Amino acid sequence: MPILVFLEHHGNELQKGSLGVLAKAAQLGGGEVAAVLVGANVKALAAEAGTFGATTVHVAEDPSLEPPLPQARVDVLAKIVRDGGYDTVLFANSVLASDIASGLAARLDAGLNWDLADIALQDGKLVGKRPALQDSVLADVGWKTEPRIALFRSGSFDATPTGGGEPKVEDVAVELEEHSRGAKVVGQELEESSGPSIEDADVIVAGGRGLGSPDKFTLAEELARALGGAVGATRAVVDAGWYPYATQIGQTGKTVSPKLYVALGISGAIQHKVGMQSSNVIVAINKDANAPIFEFSDLGVVGDLHEIVPKLVELLNQRT
Amino acid sequence: MKIAVCVKHVPEGSSKLDPGSKRLDRSGEGALNQFDANAIEEALRLKGDSDTEVVVVSMGPEKAADSLRKALAMGADRAVLVTDDALAGSDLAATSKVLAAALERESADLVLFGQQSSDGDGAVLWAAVAERLRRPVISQAAELSIAGGTVHVKRQTEFGYDVIEAALPAVVSVSDAINEPRYPSLKGIMGAKKKPSETLSLSDLGVAAGEVGEAGSKTEVLALGSPPARGDARKIEGDANAAQAIVDFLAEKRLI
Amino acid sequence: MTVRASDYPPPFSASEFVAEPTDPADERIEVGILIVGAGPAGLACAVRLGQLLEEHPDVADRLGEVPVALVEKGKQPGSHLLSGAVVNPRSLRRLFRDRYHVEDIPGYGAVHGEAVYVLTRRAAVRIPPPPTMRNHGNVVFSLSQLGRWLGERAEEGGTMILPETAAEKLLVSHGRVVGVRTGDKGRDREGGPMGNYEPGADLVAKVTVLAEGTQGHLTGVALDHFGLRGGEPQVWELGVKEIWKVARPLRNVVHTMGWPLRTAAKYREFGGSFLYPMGDDMLTIGMVVGLDYRDVELSPHDLLQELKTHPKIRKLLEGGERIGWGAKTIPSGGFHSLPKRLHAPGLLLCGDGVGMVNIARLKGVHYAIESGRLAAESAFASLQPGATPAAALGSYDAAVRDSFIWRDLEEVRDMRQVFGRGFVVGGALATAMTASRGKINLGKLPAEHDAEQPLLRTDRASRYPIPDGKLTFDKLSSVFASGNKTRDDQPNHIRIERRVPLEVVEMWVNMCPAQVYEIGTEGGDGTATVQLAPSNCVQCGAITAKGGRLTPPEGGSGPEYTLT
Repeated sequence: MPILVFLEHHGNELQKGSLGVLAKAAQLGGGEVAAVLVGANVKALAAEAGTFGATTVHVAEDPSLEPPLPQARVDVLAKIVRDGGYDTVLFANSVLASDIASGLAARLDAGLNWDLADIALQDGKLVGKRPALQDSVLADVGWKTEPRIALFRSGSFDATPTGGGEPKVEDVAVELEEHSRGAKVVGQELEESSGPSIEDADVIVAGGRGLGSPDKFTLAEELARALGGAVGATRAVVDAGWYPYATQIGQTGKTVSPKLYVALGISGAIQHKVGMQSSNVIVAINKDANAPIFEFSDLGVVGDLHEIVPKLVELLNQRT
Repeated sequence: MKIAVCVKHVPEGSSKLDPGSKRLDRSGEGALNQFDANAIEEALRLKGDSDTEVVVVSMGPEKAADSLRKALAMGADRAVLVTDDALAGSDLAATSKVLAAALERESADLVLFGQQSSDGDGAVLWAAVAERLRRPVISQAAELSIAGGTVHVKRQTEFGYDVIEAALPAVVSVSDAINEPRYPSLKGIMGAKKKPSETLSLSDLGVAAGEVGEAGSKTEVLALGSPPARGDARKIEGDANAAQAIVDFLAEKRLI
Repeated sequence: MTVRASDYPPPFSASEFVAEPTDPADERIEVGILIVGAGPAGLACAVRLGQLLEEHPDVADRLGEVPVALVEKGKQPGSHLLSGAVVNPRSLRRLFRDRYHVEDIPGYGAVHGEAVYVLTRRAAVRIPPPPTMRNHGNVVFSLSQLGRWLGERAEEGGTMILPETAAEKLLVSHGRVVGVRTGDKGRDREGGPMGNYEPGADLVAKVTVLAEGTQGHLTGVALDHFGLRGGEPQVWELGVKEIWKVARPLRNVVHTMGWPLRTAAKYREFGGSFLYPMGDDMLTIGMVVGLDYRDVELSPHDLLQELKTHPKIRKLLEGGERIGWGAKTIPSGGFHSLPKRLHAPGLLLCGDGVGMVNIARLKGVHYAIESGRLAAESAFASLQPGATPAAALGSYDAAVRDSFIWRDLEEVRDMRQVFGRGFVVGGALATAMTASRGKINLGKLPAEHDAEQPLLRTDRASRYPIPDGKLTFDKLSSVFASGNKTRDDQPNHIRIERRVPLEVVEMWVNMCPAQVYEIGTEGGDGTATVQLAPSNCVQCGAITAKGGRLTPPEGGSGPEYTLT
């Protein structure tokens, strides 16, 4: 089953999400996995792809391919898939990757399953695992034709080096379609790290009424800083004016699914729960042992957050 | 100028999966996908007071006409609904094929999509449609303007903003940060019924039934199950070293 | 010192909601007949008007482009409708004649059997159904579903339904009602305009029919403005109910009395519970409590949760799942609380808004439908060439007084007051009154507003069950189950005195089934401030009975009922 993985890069770094998918593909592919790099100076990244499991790396390198636009990449991938006979193409989700994956699906008239959390071989067929309905249901999804295209939720797989060696590097030269040349990047504004936005953050520290007063939000902010995350808030405290509406998480606020969600002084009312229940790991600190949040957290700490959080911040800062 | 906006009628309230078809139960109440309201609003802003035509296009069951009517009430000029029994169960491949056929008919200068659909949570439709239409596509527009036959977009990514331009005709999907959709006025609601609205079947579009629905889909839902339980949930109570325990836990989960 | 909520009236005056049209004449929206409220009364009015206008196209022509318009504050007809409901089908038959039969209407079938129980904490004693609780021939409906179906019939008949539209002000010109002003949209928490601010509009009509249901906003305004209030103040019950998917079908229509309500007269806890089958795999269970109760710690929401822990009831729900929840008040003053007149120049008043409810039988839907039908006939008559509008609209009053609505309500006119004497004495008297068809009655007892009841405190709250999330639930979970996802930054729509004695705040906190009220800061002098979370509000109306005032929030807000 020849598998092809699209590797996304930014600047000189391969994105962790793509590397995770690559490592997973290496497991599935039983040793042979190909990766694709598209951009201006990407050949140098091929070796790194090898350490994460790529045995072949197709490289399409050209200054015109530098802008992070999807359609030229569809052209590149379509050629590689056809010429190389790949029957499975995997992507880690991102703004760019989802456009490429779906454009490619249309180009090849192929099936795309997206928002997958995992993929497995079952009875000789590849089956995707797709959470649905706010993660209350897990669906097994399949492909009826080949090639199969899959788009995985970001962070589905850990990027663990497999200790692989140098991959075979193959250059790809591609004629771009006319419509693929239509969009041009005429400027860029890279955001300074004032911390990630709530929607993109891998870590969110959220504060609720248990914080006691608006000035105690500094506890949430310090913990977020120590963990490299964003700060969120419940409806109750936003209503009370303690924190801005843009940070509200819940039914009438934002829905998030970070790798880590730390809930400080939050009771876990269902209106809040539906906004964060698909977080990978949930840690809750609350002094009420009966708070509903303990029913769906991975680690529940019954205690005084005003004592625990400062100590926690200290310990975390010591580690780095 | 003509702007086409693709919209979807999605189940309202708590969604349910139909265990028989393993697909979303669309038999209950539905509403306009909230993210599509941003796309309609953006089209209306671009139209302003000019004679630009804003057409809303949807593929769905007959009651999707309700969502189209809401778009007309907001200010769109005309509605097109593609509906056919054969369409039920269409996946991305089938849906993008049908929408592309309907949009070809319209030959719009600009095709707009919302950022995702609240039922499939997919952010994938526009790129597939743009590919079938063979037009440039720009997604996640946080700002949009048109000048001299070119669309100018500020596109939001994980890293910041890209400023992208493309000559029309083009396909753009807008992020929910781009605008605050207007409420339809009472006059708008009352006038919506009088605006032109057409219903197309597959044969009107020249698309064969075998290319759509479950038959024409390239993906399938095999089974529905429960997600793995949260596993070993732990609780610490009255522990003087709670902070350390948390650090150990986070380290164990490789989060720090 | 006796504390009464009525001593702290809310900042509200009817005159604030009465105005002349202000939009320029060419921007006003003109319709022929305007109906406010897509409930059974409003929709019946719309359906009947559709029938009449079909038979008389000449009248229809004179009503302009939109002969009949109906404004509804919920997302669609049914979103804000909640009742039991076991409905007497006679009004539906009169409304539809042979166009539709009752069997054609989506419902849950005729009542098979009945059972009435008196409950104690652990036991249930079955008693023969008192004459007021015989439901033979009646049909179980979900009022929300019925509203949706009636809405489709109304639209088929030519009515233009305008959902998500609140009727905020009564437009009155030269002493005559000329329409309503709809509410603004897109205002923020402080009332300021947001980016998508959309002002309301003047909707003018030749005749306006108010069918707003319980605690109808403009109905209350009109009763004050035109001096129409009846002899006795209106009083209300609060009904809280749930829909359950169940493993075994419920066969009978069940009513209970007694536990968990207390029977001693000093508590004034009047009410009971109901369980109605909804097909083979669903049922609805609800608790109805008079809002003239006195205990600060009484929580109708939690009484329903407590009720479910009764062994007999727990068994019925075993293996099941709660799939819906809602709350709504029911006017229970009956005959004595009806307004002096049901019309004013340019205006007709229908249904629950004016209290057409037989509380002894827990019936009001069929009166609402009949009153809507009669309102349609009078409105239509007033538009005939040569008609005197005043006489024509006045004919509505005459028609209602001649109808079974009046007859039924008069028969049970003292029922409610009787129960103020406590359950045991009251029960006996009520049976005697019904058996004698109203000839035995006690003359009128002095009636008080619900908010005038002196408050007392017990430890009632200590007995409410701790929610387990499977059989019993907390208020926020219930609000979620009502489908409420109102945006949080809306202006507050509840008028209430913000600093009151602590007991009054506590009473409001416990009263509200949706957790809208909370104790703010205590003053140290026995007073406290009230904190509100208005986006939780399911618009049940209890606050208006108990010292505050509910006004309609932004159109489209509130619950999204489907099966209630």
